[in-house]
Amino acid sequence: MTTAVNQAMVEKYKGNFLKEVTDNVEEGSWVKMCMQCGVCSGSCPLGPHWDHPPQELFMMIRANKREEVLSSTSMWMCTSCYNCVARCPRGLPITHIMHGLAHYSKRMGMKPKHQPTEQFGQMFWDNLTKKGRVNELKLGLGLYFKDGFAEGVKVSMGKQKLGLNMMKAKRMSPMEMLGGHGVKDLSGFHAMLKKAEELEAARVGENTDAK
Amino acid sequence: MAKHEYSYYPGCSSQKGASSSNLEKSVETLCEELDIKLNPIPDWNCCGASIGYAGGGELPRMTLSARNLALSEKHHPDQDVVATCAACWLNTREVQERLNHNPTLKAETNIALQSVKLEYKGNKKVRHMVEVLIEDIGYDVLGSKVKKPLEGLKIAGYVGCQTNRPFGIDGESFENPMYLDKMVETLGAEALTKYDKKVACCSGALMFSEPEKGQALVKDIIESAYDSGANMIVTPCPLCQANVEIYQDDINARYKTKFDMPVMYYSQLMDVAFGRSALDAALNGNIIQSKRLREIADK
Ligand code: SF4
Ligand code: SF4
Repeated sequence: MTTAVNQAMVEKYKGNFLKEVTDNVEEGSWVKMCMQCGVCSGSCPLGPHWDHPPQELFMMIRANKREEVLSSTSMWMCTSCYNCVARCPRGLPITHIMHGLAHYSKRMGMKPKHQPTEQFGQMFWDNLTKKGRVNELKLGLGLYFKDGFAEGVKVSMGKQKLGLNMMKAKRMSPMEMLGGHGVKDLSGFHAMLKKAEELEAARVGENTDAK
Repeated sequence: MAKHEYSYYPGCSSQKGASSSNLEKSVETLCEELDIKLNPIPDWNCCGASIGYAGGGELPRMTLSARNLALSEKHHPDQDVVATCAACWLNTREVQERLNHNPTLKAETNIALQSVKLEYKGNKKVRHMVEVLIEDIGYDVLGSKVKKPLEGLKIAGYVGCQTNRPFGIDGESFENPMYLDKMVETLGAEALTKYDKKVACCSGALMFSEPEKGQALVKDIIESAYDSGANMIVTPCPLCQANVEIYQDDINARYKTKFDMPVMYYSQLMDVAFGRSALDAALNGNIIQSKRLREIADK
């Protein structure tokens, strides 16, 4: 389901996807600097699973392949290894552009369906923003149950030995379920994030209204 | 007063009962030995490293680290920020650089920070614990503390990604950084300098969401350690440690391998070499034990 802001963006940028990316995607203004050398594309650890490696995504952005880029699973395969950043002769912050494209695809309602890293990443974010710190046990369990209860029981049973080993090594405390860790100034923390989200949304919205 | 004091960012996985609490414990012991005091940043929050982007936009994510930095600026004005987790270090340092280069983001961050009555200035040095060890303590001092050389240990130094790229440690190359090997040799063990997965990726947080793809990467990392004759892998990174250690059963089942390779932290090796007990070195925090290291510790 695409979002209202998606429609507005399509109208606003009318076939100039590079400009849209430049204006709205994290570090997107760097995309135009790419000289298509292909060094980054050989750098991704999960490269064989990418439909479009970074260099190709950058080419597609210039070629206005908006829908193909934003619905791609590729950028969700980024492991944040920074191989590309260390090697790119033009100094593009490729890792951040991948994160930025992924986030933007979500904002536009174009994210790929059932993408596990998208789902896990959202869980991670929800988990951390709730209390200010990550609760690893709940996060782990949440992942097993993301495909529904029956599937979750199956997967978590499969992982039971791992869980027990981790508990034995005192690296996964069941106490976490009862509360666990968190920041003290929780209301301030939440207000801060809310403000940051508003400011960011306003920036995208502003661009939309400016026409 | 301790000789070296730092403003410490522990990060989520180091919390009591969390996945790298053994790193935390072993670093604590190390600090006792080296007269280092780590002052936790009061009321720090998660930095949202790596996959936070799925839910959080650029500004909210940056605000997370900015709050930690602002707290450090306020409570520990004269101390460098130090992190033990590679992802926390990278993320915090990177956020500071990016905010300082982008006045709009910095201004907006500070508006958001008014909600917690903080102001971010951006004047901190953000350092990794191994930088402290190399630059502030030095290999010579580390060597002089060794009471029980780690003889007989053949160690594959697995640096991984985020302690290495994009910032690097001590100005070393990205393709073949030497600091971990140097540390290993300082402790009297043998560093397998030909280990060819030194800077390979363990799949990071994608191990959870893409386990098959992640385990394929880790399989190569372990296999290569066996091929170089290692009886142990050592790493500075909590995510590398967890990913390479705890899925060995799954990998064995999937690939019919017989992996049983201990994966330790540099800090655990140092504790043992400095004469501290297995308990102080948090050796019981590992799922796969190194018999040899334990023997040295119990000697
Ligand atoms: S950081 Fe992401 S885009 Fe860059 S090489 Fe690694 S996986 Fe590929
Ligand atoms: S390495 Fe840099 S310049 Fe080369 S294709 Fe990739 S992004 Fe473009």
